[in-house]
Amino acid sequence: MPPSPFRLIVRRAGQIAEISLAVPSDLEYVGEAVELVAAQCRDAPLSPRRLQFNLRTALAEALANAITYGNRLDPAKLVRVRVEVGADVVHVHVADDGDGFDPAGVADPTAPGNLEREDGRGLFVLRHLVDHLSFNERGNAVCLTFRAG
Amino acid sequence: MSFSMKKDQRGVVIVSVEGQLIVGNRQELKQKVLDALEGGAKKFVIDFTRTGYIDSSGLGVLVSLSKKIREQGGDLRLAGLNEDLQTLFELTKLDTLFSIVKTPEEAVAAF
Repeated sequence: MPPSPFRLIVRRAGQIAEISLAVPSDLEYVGEAVELVAAQCRDAPLSPRRLQFNLRTALAEALANAITYGNRLDPAKLVRVRVEVGADVVHVHVADDGDGFDPAGVADPTAPGNLEREDGRGLFVLRHLVDHLSFNERGNAVCLTFRAG
Repeated sequence: MSFSMKKDQRGVVIVSVEGQLIVGNRQELKQKVLDALEGGAKKFVIDFTRTGYIDSSGLGVLVSLSKKIREQGGDLRLAGLNEDLQTLFELTKLDTLFSIVKTPEEAVAAF
């Protein structure tokens, strides 16, 4: 069996957990990385439906952005995921080694001229899946917040 | 994550998406549909009954396939979306671009 491309560390104390995962910058790994994290979030205070849909889709979006635009598909670079599962909230941090970007500069994908574009929906979708979205100042790390429920 | 494809007696191609349609597997779906289009198929249904989630890359590949199928004089319909997936299409306004029906059977019958 080939060695796992992921580095997963999990610390648990009751309902509180911290999950860290390092993901190589290859889009082929996104689905597997999402399932690894979601499986470790089984005790998170989120409904099965939000765990199945919101958390998985949002994490897939954040990973794809970090791998593609942050680390520019360089397999030598890692995307770092850190999940804090609390009693009433889940924070998912995704960081890459890129130069960052300005989220305000992203065009509205629902504008009539953009509707038939193949790309450009990631950030828009991400914003609708989480309760709060924030970036660090450099723009190379994002925090997805899911409140309990 | 996988895709299965079948063609009914009227030539409608039905592609089922199992698990997820995301950045890591969208090319596989694209190639399967383009191969069928190349082979002369014109009517396509993509069935999401067994799909957990779709990311923006998955949405993008559907937009691209829809365009290519229309250019060849064909038609693409989407079916079996659960409530969350339906909402995803509505908020991105892609529900205005696609013909979306409840079940794959209805989609096939409507051709």
